[in-house]
Amino acid sequence: MPTTSPTDQLPQGPRDSAGPLRRQSKRRLDPDAAGLGRARASAFVAPAMVLIGVFLVFPALWTLYLGVTNWRLTGLAAAEPEFVGLDNYIDALTDDRFLGSLSRTFVFVIGSALAGQMVLGFTIAWLMRSAGKTMRGVVETLVLLAWILPASVIAWLWLVLLDRRDGTLNMILGTEGTAWLLEYPMQSIIAFNIFNGTAFSMLLFSSALASVPPSQLETARMSGARTLAILRDVVFPNIRGHILTVMLLVTLWTFNVFTPFLLTGGGPGQETEIFPVLIYRLALQTGELGRGAAFSLIMIVINLVIALIYLRVLRERRHT
Amino acid sequence: MKIYRKRGMLTAAVLASALVLAACGDDADADDPDNGEAAPDEEEQPDDAAPVTITLAENAIRGGKNTEAAEWIEDSAIPEFENMMADEGVEVQVVFEGSGADDEDYKTTIALDLSTGGGPDVIGGFDGIWVGEFAQADYIQPLEEIHPDSSAWDGWDQIPEAVQENMSFEGQRYGIPGGTDGRVIYYNTELFAEAGLPEDWQPTSWAEILDAARALQQLDGVVPLQLNGGTAMGEATTMQGFLPLLVGTGAHIYDEDAGTWQGASPQMEQVLEFYAAVYGDEELGDPLLQQEAAGRDNSFLMFSEGEIGMLIEGDYLWRSVINPGSDLAPMENRDDVIGWAMIPAMEPGAGVNGQDFVSMSGGGGRVLNPNSDNPEVAWRLMEFLESPDALFERHADDPRITSRMDVNEQLIDDDMISFIAEEVLPITFYRPGLEEYPAVSIALQEATEAVVTGVSPEDAAAQYQSALEGIVGADNITD
Repeated sequence: MPTTSPTDQLPQGPRDSAGPLRRQSKRRLDPDAAGLGRARASAFVAPAMVLIGVFLVFPALWTLYLGVTNWRLTGLAAAEPEFVGLDNYIDALTDDRFLGSLSRTFVFVIGSALAGQMVLGFTIAWLMRSAGKTMRGVVETLVLLAWILPASVIAWLWLVLLDRRDGTLNMILGTEGTAWLLEYPMQSIIAFNIFNGTAFSMLLFSSALASVPPSQLETARMSGARTLAILRDVVFPNIRGHILTVMLLVTLWTFNVFTPFLLTGGGPGQETEIFPVLIYRLALQTGELGRGAAFSLIMIVINLVIALIYLRVLRERRHT
Repeated sequence: MKIYRKRGMLTAAVLASALVLAACGDDADADDPDNGEAAPDEEEQPDDAAPVTITLAENAIRGGKNTEAAEWIEDSAIPEFENMMADEGVEVQVVFEGSGADDEDYKTTIALDLSTGGGPDVIGGFDGIWVGEFAQADYIQPLEEIHPDSSAWDGWDQIPEAVQENMSFEGQRYGIPGGTDGRVIYYNTELFAEAGLPEDWQPTSWAEILDAARALQQLDGVVPLQLNGGTAMGEATTMQGFLPLLVGTGAHIYDEDAGTWQGASPQMEQVLEFYAAVYGDEELGDPLLQQEAAGRDNSFLMFSEGEIGMLIEGDYLWRSVINPGSDLAPMENRDDVIGWAMIPAMEPGAGVNGQDFVSMSGGGGRVLNPNSDNPEVAWRLMEFLESPDALFERHADDPRITSRMDVNEQLIDDDMISFIAEEVLPITFYRPGLEEYPAVSIALQEATEAVVTGVSPEDAAAQYQSALEGIVGADNITD
């Protein structure tokens, strides 16, 4: 994802940032605005390029290479992996486990990121605008706490909460013996991830809402608009950019999130085997590193596509 | 002390040059002359010629998994070994890398360590069935190649060939075996009495196990039978569940003579039908427990609290899990309450070789890391940990069948362990130490999981068949 944002914006970048020079911009800009000269400019950029190359481009290419081998964690294929061409990719696209995992991942992303974290985050941010200072402090601290605690700690808390035998939830609801993680596995990890990540949406929406001009809100209210109408006609148009940003980040994060594994280990069966969990199980538990690499590359591509779509929408919005 | 240190430096210098020479002479050692071991050295002894540091890994950790082993290593074995070496003038520091992970995760960790050319010098908790795949991956090497003197160890004479085989691959020793084990049906005699079952119980067929389970089902809040199933239990499903049942139908998972694997055969279906009988409509077992991420540990806890009537396990359960001194699921009244019986074949005489009773055995041990900077000292540590004195100390309160005959003669006075040694080992079977086995094992776990979650045995067997074809190829399967 990080590679695309610079490349995608590069063509328009100089024009955007060169605000004061906009009048000249009808003509082609001098590409060497800073007067550094090609050599010195390259020297400045080189360290960043090397870092990107070593930590981003090389691993991606390496993954591409591993994905066309039958490399394994142990056994003969660990010592001498063989080239298998596109077999891993063809396997993936015809494999029920892969396709099942993909659709589960989308359910998970839509449920926990878009419907969950964003809606809940916005709701809290909206309600907290009119809440008292103490109330606001308490709520925000609690939400933030769920965010900043290490995922392993949170996972442990949730295991205790959902435990089948002495779980807190069963005690509260009086549903003794309900194995939440087995009977409602996807719902459980969605709830877990909403709990875990709502803070980010809340924070971003809070600052976004602060940027909505009070005069517009006041005018709307004076003309008798109800909350829904205010949201639709005043708030959302003002914070559309923020919504898209939150959407992009939260979608990508959730798509790549691995922590549900701490709760269910991908089970029961494969019911919570979202994409990162599938790759972990394949590559490290079954030792099929080659297939794992191929699946990872497919995942990178999906990430890129999501990022591209969002960025395109974002740019079109800026242009209008 | 000073003298020792000087001598230590001298020895270290000699050792180091010997290593360099060895590295020149032997390609296998030249892969990675410098691994991660150097870093801890410098940290511990920044301003001195560092003593030799040896790391020892075990899947054991104080206060958790195999706590007795961890305590013994940290409190007595390491100090004693360090003293012994110091007396010889070599200053050695042994660092213990404990772990309390599931066996599969532990294996992954070791494989990753070794694949990068690093890893602990001595790796314990190494299951015998991993030897083949690790050797083929070039992660481990025959002891003789890493440290030629290892063949001269007097301990080898005390370890039976069959047990050495556990840690060997293609006729070469890769490690020192730690011992072997056997599987039985444990049962809670108090629950049996309540259910009107005999306290001295020995079923002679699967049907009798199911009958006992039905009797136990009348008791409130008791799961009659815990038969490991599903992928969450990992190898425990295969080893304690599927395979003991399969050999009870007269079939081996791998036919050594023909070189073929057991496909969706009638025997395979018989085993899956037994799973269906346990986890199907009658619910003689708890299907959810098989799917929980921590299901095996929970089953241990429930058994120790008298909530499970029968449980099929290895002697590990007795020694380490419900041992009154254990940290996992201690049972104060273990010796009074828990009984054990041999696992019957499906019907009398139906087992492999026409046996009435069957079991499965395995065993692990310790291997020497080929990347070690100090194979000589690391080997000394392995030798020391498997010396009679060390084993007596380790197993004084926690007896097990070690790999050494001289030790077993004196050590085994526990009824349960003697039972395993005398009754179970003669009728037991071993898993094939082949590269494909772990993948086949996962396919078997998936087949049991399918049945536990309600798929019919025939469909589960068919799924298994197609998974197996993907692993070993259709030509290598017997139907």
